[in-house]
Amino acid sequence: MKSLSEIETAVKRASRAVGFSWGVSEEVGKSIRLLELFGLAGIQNLNQYYKEREIKKFENLNSISKTNFAKKAFCPITLGVSFLDQIKIIENFETIHFKNIAYPVIFLSFLSRASEIGGKKIYVKFDQYEILLNLNVNIFSNGFNKDFSKHSNNIEVKFLDNHDNFTDTEWNSLYKLAEKTFVEESDSLKQSGAGAGLTDND
Amino acid sequence: MKVELRDPNTIMKLSRLGSFHQSKLSFLRSFLSEFKDWDYNRDLFNLDKDGYGEAIYSFKKKDRVYSLVCFANKIEDEERSDRVIATKWDAAFTLYDGVPSKDDIKRLKNEVPKQEIGRLTFKELTLSRANKSVRVFNHVVKNLSEGKQPDLDLLSKVGYLYRTTAVYGSGKFGLADRFRIKNREEINGPFRLEMMLVYLVRQFTFDQVNHVAHNINPKTAVKLNNQICKNLGIGNSTGLGMAPFIVNHPTLLNNWILSRETALKKIREIKIVKDQDSELFKDCLKKSLKNITSWNTDSEYQQNKIRLLLRDVKKFINHVENDFDFQSEFPFNQIYLWLEQNSCEECIEYVVSIMMEPYNDITGPLVSNMSSEEEKYFNIPTNRTVQELLEIIKTRYPNILDINFDQKENHQNFWFISKNKEEPRMADRFEEHGSELEQPLAIARDIKKLYEELLSLKNDSITIAQFLSLNPNLRHVVRRAFIIEKFPYSEIQDNTIGKSIVPIDMLRLKLSFFGALKFDPRSDKWLRICMFQGAPLPNELKNYDEQWVYKANN
Repeated sequence: MKSLSEIETAVKRASRAVGFSWGVSEEVGKSIRLLELFGLAGIQNLNQYYKEREIKKFENLNSISKTNFAKKAFCPITLGVSFLDQIKIIENFETIHFKNIAYPVIFLSFLSRASEIGGKKIYVKFDQYEILLNLNVNIFSNGFNKDFSKHSNNIEVKFLDNHDNFTDTEWNSLYKLAEKTFVEESDSLKQSGAGAGLTDND
Repeated sequence: MKVELRDPNTIMKLSRLGSFHQSKLSFLRSFLSEFKDWDYNRDLFNLDKDGYGEAIYSFKKKDRVYSLVCFANKIEDEERSDRVIATKWDAAFTLYDGVPSKDDIKRLKNEVPKQEIGRLTFKELTLSRANKSVRVFNHVVKNLSEGKQPDLDLLSKVGYLYRTTAVYGSGKFGLADRFRIKNREEINGPFRLEMMLVYLVRQFTFDQVNHVAHNINPKTAVKLNNQICKNLGIGNSTGLGMAPFIVNHPTLLNNWILSRETALKKIREIKIVKDQDSELFKDCLKKSLKNITSWNTDSEYQQNKIRLLLRDVKKFINHVENDFDFQSEFPFNQIYLWLEQNSCEECIEYVVSIMMEPYNDITGPLVSNMSSEEEKYFNIPTNRTVQELLEIIKTRYPNILDINFDQKENHQNFWFISKNKEEPRMADRFEEHGSELEQPLAIARDIKKLYEELLSLKNDSITIAQFLSLNPNLRHVVRRAFIIEKFPYSEIQDNTIGKSIVPIDMLRLKLSFFGALKFDPRSDKWLRICMFQGAPLPNELKNYDEQWVYKANN
C-alpha cells in the first residue's frame, strides 16, 4: 500500500510534468491525497485525466459565476484552484452550476478543501450522485465504491447554511435525558456548592 | 530588561546556519530525555558466528512498544558504499510499531535489506541501513577475541563501529504516514523515532562486535568495555538529499530556529544568574574544548572553521575567567554582546548552545514546540490584496530583493531530482543539461520575480485570487510569503542557486538540530558526522548525566 506522503509527492511531480506550475501542482498533490484518504479514486481519475489531456484540450475558468458553461470541458484542476481561491466571494452565490466538466471527482477534492476554508458544508449533485463535503473532515456520498463518470454535463454546488440536523423537539427530548445526571440543589448546596457567593456586589 | 529575538536576516543566512551546533534542544538529546524511563530490552539476538542474522531491541512503556528489527548481512568489500546508489549494506533496520510476529519478521527480512526498492507497511515507522567502518570493526573484534580492549586512539579518530547512510521516515516506501502517529505524546518532537532507531542501532553494533569476538575465541574473548562503548556513537554519511528538506518545510524550520532564538532571548533576560548555573556553564564550556580538539577532518574548509572556533573559544574562556563577573546583572546578555563583537559566527553559535545547559526550565517547554502542523498553513489567503503581499515581501525579504539575478553567478546552479535514485542533486545551469526540470528550491530568485511582477501592476488593490489567476507560475512563492508573515524564521535569507553556495551549510543546519557532532565535510556537497557519541547506554538511561555531550572521553 502506498502511503499518503508517497501519493502527494508523486502527484505533485506528475502534475508539474504535465505542465502545471509548481504552486498548482502542490495544490493537486494535497487534493488527491485527500481523495485517497477518504477512499475515493483520486489516483485513478487523475491518471486518466492526464492521459486524456495529452490529446484533448480543456477549458480554464478564472472567474466563477453563478452559472458557468464550457464549450470544451472544464479542466477540473484549474477550476478547482479557482474555486478555492475565490471561495470567500462565491460562497455568497448559494448555488453554482457548472455545465460540462471533466473528471468531476478531481474537482470534488478542491470543493472539500473549500468547505473547510469557507466554514460551510457543501452539497454537490451530478449524474446520479449526491455528495456532502463536511468541512474537509470527510466526503459523504452515495457513490462510494462506484466509478464516478469521466465527464458530467451538469454539476450543482450548493453552500449549506450552518444549521442543526435535528428539530428543537428532538434536542429537548435528548437534553431532558442529559438533565438526569444533574443534582437538584438544596438550600445548603446553593450556599456551599459554588465558589462565588449568592451576591457579588463589589 | 527585554531582549529582542535576533534578526532573521542575520540568523537565516547560510553562513550562520552552517555554524550551528547541537544543544539541549537537539532531537537526540530530547529523545533520550523523553524515553529515559521506558523499559529497554533486547528481545531477540539470533546471529551466526560471523555476526549475520536477526536481532530485535525494544522500548516499552505501558501498552506501547517500539521494536527495532535488525538484519545483518554478509557483503563483499567492493559492494560497500556510502553513496545512496548502493544496493547492499552490512546491516538494515526498521523500527516496528509494537511487537513483530514471526510472520512480520519473515516479511521484513525480505523487504528491509532491499531498502528503497523494498515495500514497508504502516506498521513500520522508520527504515535505515548502515555499513561497518571495517577498519575499526575488525580491529575491535581482533582485540576483544584476544582478551584485549581496542586501541583508543584509533577509536577516537573514527568514533563509531557503523555509519548509517540514510534514515527514512514519514511515509517513505510505504512506512507509516506521520498523521497516523502524530498524537502520541512521546513523539511530540521532530524526528524522535528516527533518533530511536539510530540509538538502538548503536547498541546493536556493540552486541554484534562482542558476539563475533566471542565466537572467534570463546575462551579468551572479553567484552568491549562499557566506557569505551559510551564513547562510540553512530556515524552518518549525508549528501544533498537532506538539503531541500529545510526549504520544503518552512513552518517546521521556523519552529526549530524560533525555539533556539527564544531560549537565547530568555537566557539573556535573566537578571541574576545563580552560582550553580554559571559554574555549570563554565564547566561545559571548558570540557567542550576536547570536542573541538578531537574533531578530525581532512576538509580544509572545516579545518579553518575549527581553527577559528578553537581560537575564539579559548579567547572567550580567558575573558570569562579573568575579565568577567557573573555576579553582575544580565550576565548572559553581556556575554552574548561580547561574543558578537569578538568572535566568529561558529564560536557565537557554539557558546549560544552551551548557554542553554543550565536551563531545563527554559528549554524543556520549547522542545514540544518544535514540530509543526504544516497543513494548517498551506492554504493561501486569497482574499487579501496585492498591496499587503508587497509589504510582506519588502519587510521579510529585504536582502533577497538586493540580489541581481540577471548576473550569471547569482543563478549559476539549479536543483534537480536524479532519475536514477530519485534524490535531490545540484548542478551548474550553464554546464549541464536538465535545468528545464529545475525543482522549486530557488526561493530567493522566485521571490524577487514575484516582487517585480507585483511592482509592475497598475492596480495594487486587486486580490491575491485575481493576481494568481493571471500568474499561476508564482503560486508557490505567494504561499511562502504568507507563511513567512507569520513565521519569521521560515526562510533561508540567502541565495540557494548562486555560484558561491556551500550546500553543506544547509545540511549542517539540519544535522545540528539532530544533535550531530564533529561535522566532517568530504566535499562541499556531503559530509560525515557522529551521533550519540558519549551518550548513556540503554541500561543507564534511568539515571544519566544530561551534560554527557561535553564529557565524552574522545
